[in-house]
Amino acid sequence: MLMEAIPAKEYKSEVTPVWCPGCGDYGVLNSYLKALSELKIDYNKAVTVSGIGCSSRFPFFVKTYGIHSLHGRALPLAVGVKLARPDLNVVVTCGDGDGFSIGGGHVPHVVRKNIDLTWICMDNSIYGLTKGQVSPTSSVGLPGSTTPYGCPDEPINPMAYTLTYGATFVAKAFSGNPKELTQIFIKAMQHKGFSFIDVISPCPSFNKRDTFKAYKDVLKPIPEDHDVTDKVKALDIALNSGEKLITGIYYKEEKPDYWSMLNEIKKKSKASDKPDYEAIIDTFKA
Amino acid sequence: MSTKDDLTIRIGGEGGEGIISSGDILTQAATRAGLNVLTFKTFPAEIKGGYAMYQVRLSNEKIISTGDGFNVFVAFNEEAYKVNKKKLTEGTVFVYDGNGTGGFEPGDLPGVVSYAIPMSKIAKEDLGTYRSKNMVALGAIAHLFSISFKSLEEIVTNKFKRKGDDVVSVNIKALHAGKDYVEKELKKKDAIELSSVEAKDDIIVIDGNEAIGLGALLAGCNFFSCYPITPATDVANWLSKFMPKVKGTLIQAEDEIASLGNVLGAAYAGAKAMTATSGPGLSLMSELLGMACMAEIPCVIVDVQRGGPSTGLPTKHEQSDLFLAAHGSHGDASRIVLSCDNVEDCISLTVEAFNLAEKYQAPVILLSDGSLGMRKEGIKRPDISKVKTLERLKYDPSSNGDEPFMRYKITDNWISPMSIPGMEGGAYVATGIEHGETGAPKYTPDNHELMGKKRFEKIKNVEDDLPESKRIGDEQADIGLIAWGSTQGDVTEAVNRARAEGLKVAALFPKLVYPVPVKAIEKFNKTVKKIMVPEINYQGQFADLIKAATGIPVIKYNIYGGFPFTPNEIHNKIKEMI
Repeated sequence: MLMEAIPAKEYKSEVTPVWCPGCGDYGVLNSYLKALSELKIDYNKAVTVSGIGCSSRFPFFVKTYGIHSLHGRALPLAVGVKLARPDLNVVVTCGDGDGFSIGGGHVPHVVRKNIDLTWICMDNSIYGLTKGQVSPTSSVGLPGSTTPYGCPDEPINPMAYTLTYGATFVAKAFSGNPKELTQIFIKAMQHKGFSFIDVISPCPSFNKRDTFKAYKDVLKPIPEDHDVTDKVKALDIALNSGEKLITGIYYKEEKPDYWSMLNEIKKKSKASDKPDYEAIIDTFKA
Repeated sequence: MSTKDDLTIRIGGEGGEGIISSGDILTQAATRAGLNVLTFKTFPAEIKGGYAMYQVRLSNEKIISTGDGFNVFVAFNEEAYKVNKKKLTEGTVFVYDGNGTGGFEPGDLPGVVSYAIPMSKIAKEDLGTYRSKNMVALGAIAHLFSISFKSLEEIVTNKFKRKGDDVVSVNIKALHAGKDYVEKELKKKDAIELSSVEAKDDIIVIDGNEAIGLGALLAGCNFFSCYPITPATDVANWLSKFMPKVKGTLIQAEDEIASLGNVLGAAYAGAKAMTATSGPGLSLMSELLGMACMAEIPCVIVDVQRGGPSTGLPTKHEQSDLFLAAHGSHGDASRIVLSCDNVEDCISLTVEAFNLAEKYQAPVILLSDGSLGMRKEGIKRPDISKVKTLERLKYDPSSNGDEPFMRYKITDNWISPMSIPGMEGGAYVATGIEHGETGAPKYTPDNHELMGKKRFEKIKNVEDDLPESKRIGDEQADIGLIAWGSTQGDVTEAVNRARAEGLKVAALFPKLVYPVPVKAIEKFNKTVKKIMVPEINYQGQFADLIKAATGIPVIKYNIYGGFPFTPNEIHNKIKEMI
């Protein structure tokens, strides 16, 4: 953490975003920069990790260290960074196709390990960079270039998924509500453990159904009296909100993170800063 | 060689019957008694049942190969006997579970010295536990062939002492029961008797997979991510015990893709990171391997090869992942591929793999194979004061002034200083997309050509980093063999035999297999009339790589049944082709 905050714009890199005009990802980027600023994060000690897709260009636009990895592989790379260097702030920024389709196999395992990192999923329910194919969060009937008669698949529920996999911080936010978005990013990054934010970030170019306007009509903040430690209630909101999509922090749990588990193992093994390699070799004596 | 100097004992039986553990104990005991050992084992892909075999070669001399077969075969059941029946030729010795209940009778074996020992009966009836059968057999074998019984007792005591005195005493009793039976009931009819040797203190018994783990620790590896796969899992098994002791991090990932993903993330963040897998895992890692090349992230990927393609022969031996290691991944993806010859190599070449990865900021694939991974050898204890480790060229934040950091700066040797997160002013994005010197995306034709060249030019002279490839045999030879991986030992033994017959033969053993060590091969080619490449795959993969890189026509010699070469096979081929 820095001694004094630096302005959000100082966290912006010199690379200009390549997103379409009106893309929800601009709002996500702005809120991320604000969160970094408010948390006084030293950008030399932060790593923004992404996969492939429109939203995954994210790291190039931020002054932190970054990895722009492969399609679906942001989470494994981020895990490596965090477990090699627990002193770093690690944030994953990717999309719904990247995170839940090609990279979906990693999700349960990274979530259940409770590694201390934040996953921001920019969810536009479409593949944008390949110009409009349906994604795992597309609603039934949404037309796409490979589904001209409408999407036949039921969408997945990112909130219910991550809650049941054991995420210790689960929230939904909207790119069109920057104030709430920034606050949720701040709380997620402060959370010690795995935090997931499904950010609705509309694609104006290829998803004509899930637009800013359409979302403005159905989004509703979570009730003020919602108990964030109540997992069953959080699941209930995730599963039963229907058209009224609920934004806010659904769930938060305090639990030892993965690094502290690894430290326990190291203690059990009598870890040392000056390991006795000769003693290790002695174990091979006949 | 007489059996006084060179003895191979093969133990066969049903998987789960204690074959592997008795082989391990025999190996340890013989080493403790001062003998050189080299083992070979094979077992089914299932946990219980099926034929399992463990072979121990013992000698006063240095052993370099599995050898041609056995002098002594110990059968725990009839199936093992049937599998090996053809190899019970004149002069061999056959010890089997017979002469009582639970056993079998093999019938007449001309020229074979047979000893029937009712192992099952002694275990069940005299000792009250069938599980002690393998110890009965060990006690009998040790006594029959004068392998130090004292060493055997010590090893068994050490092995079981954590399970309590009762377990120790049951097993020691079983050893004695086997020995007593031989003493009282059998008359020695064979001439095999190992001459006694002096015990050496600086020998360790270690298998190829453990040796890779040890090599990694000595190289400074502090991050390992794995996914279980036969026959590579033992690298992870061993490291899981010792990695925490050096304050390193070891995790089991959800699949091999994630393993390499973890490794790249950790290496980017400054760790010396490694994963170990076998062919199917390396296939899955191919895409991220390309990213390691593109983003110039140092990492070590171990491939303990097994039979392929697809699931193939998980527990059997093959050298068929070379094409994948050299060319796997799309696009022009450069990498360095090394290959281990023997167990000692598994230690030193793992250190070398890390050093090259760090030096060139590139992925290094270290090839081993199933039989080497699982084979134990008595080797000289490594001298850790002689281990040299290298670190990547790091960005110096004070050197840049106001200039922005250029992660992929074009330099004279094509290697660019690398920053590590935390370094002031060193931030950049490691990316798989084509990029300019700063790391930001850049797609111009000039840039792609320049960066493509950078990724290959930087490793162009990697051959010079490694010690010159080992060459054996005649200075001018009628035939020269080029062998890679664990085939080296069998080829050495074959070349020695051929030369003893007066043939002019030489062999070259490159440890760098890709990029092909052109200088060494061209030099070798000038000293031999023709080149033959024996390897355990159908296609002749190294032969093809050599031909492509040097234009030298080579003779392919391939077997691919799931077992290593025997020196005899290679010796015969030399005679045929010379």
